[in-house]
Amino acid sequence: MTQQILPVTPVVRVQLEDFDAAAEARILSDGRTDVGALVSFVGLCRDEAGRLDALELEHYPGMAEAELRRLAGEALERWPLTGLTVVHRHGKIRPGEQIVLVVAASSHRRAAFEASDFLMDFLKTKAPFWKKEHLKDGADGSWVNARSVDQKDADRWVEQ
Amino acid sequence: MQIKYFASIRERVGRNDETRELPRSITTVADLLDHLSAEDESYAIAFADRETLRAALDQEHVELDAPLGAAREIALFPPMTGG
Repeated sequence: MTQQILPVTPVVRVQLEDFDAAAEARILSDGRTDVGALVSFVGLCRDEAGRLDALELEHYPGMAEAELRRLAGEALERWPLTGLTVVHRHGKIRPGEQIVLVVAASSHRRAAFEASDFLMDFLKTKAPFWKKEHLKDGADGSWVNARSVDQKDADRWVEQ
Repeated sequence: MQIKYFASIRERVGRNDETRELPRSITTVADLLDHLSAEDESYAIAFADRETLRAALDQEHVELDAPLGAAREIALFPPMTGG
């Protein structure tokens, strides 16, 4: 069984606007018959038990895109994907709104599941974005602290 | 060299970015941090906890002991919290 695997160019975007997760996923499967698995992950803004008014996402323009592209490239080297899309928003995001999208397409499910999991783990620890919380009681926002569990999640992929 | 600050580091330093001519004695990221810290207390406070300080040279992550080399841009920021 010899199958020519064409190089995949990942779609990477950092934007203020919202995204359409279903439409982004469809782009990776439309018009092709070799895609057997499509995994979409959407990260949403939580209201933190009603306390949160909004998250403000600061990013490093230029490096944010570059780092996401580097991580997408690593995922493509590691798994036989047929398509990969990463969209990350910045600016003010309210509870219930979407923050981040990863879509991985592959012939088989394991690669699509693992690649999207890997991308989210590394995106959280390596992509230059920072969250600030604005609370409903009007208190001035405070920066969200990095969680050690996120680093542990990313380390799982190095130990393998 | 252009120096950019983000998130809590930006707030503590009190500016988004600045451009500086660096003395030849400054060869690593840590040298630059020491140099700025000696100059003003706002830098000293912003860079006090090196464990939670991250740096990028020309938009790539580096360790704090990395040589500045021919980089044109350095960015200093806290651990990232995107996603």
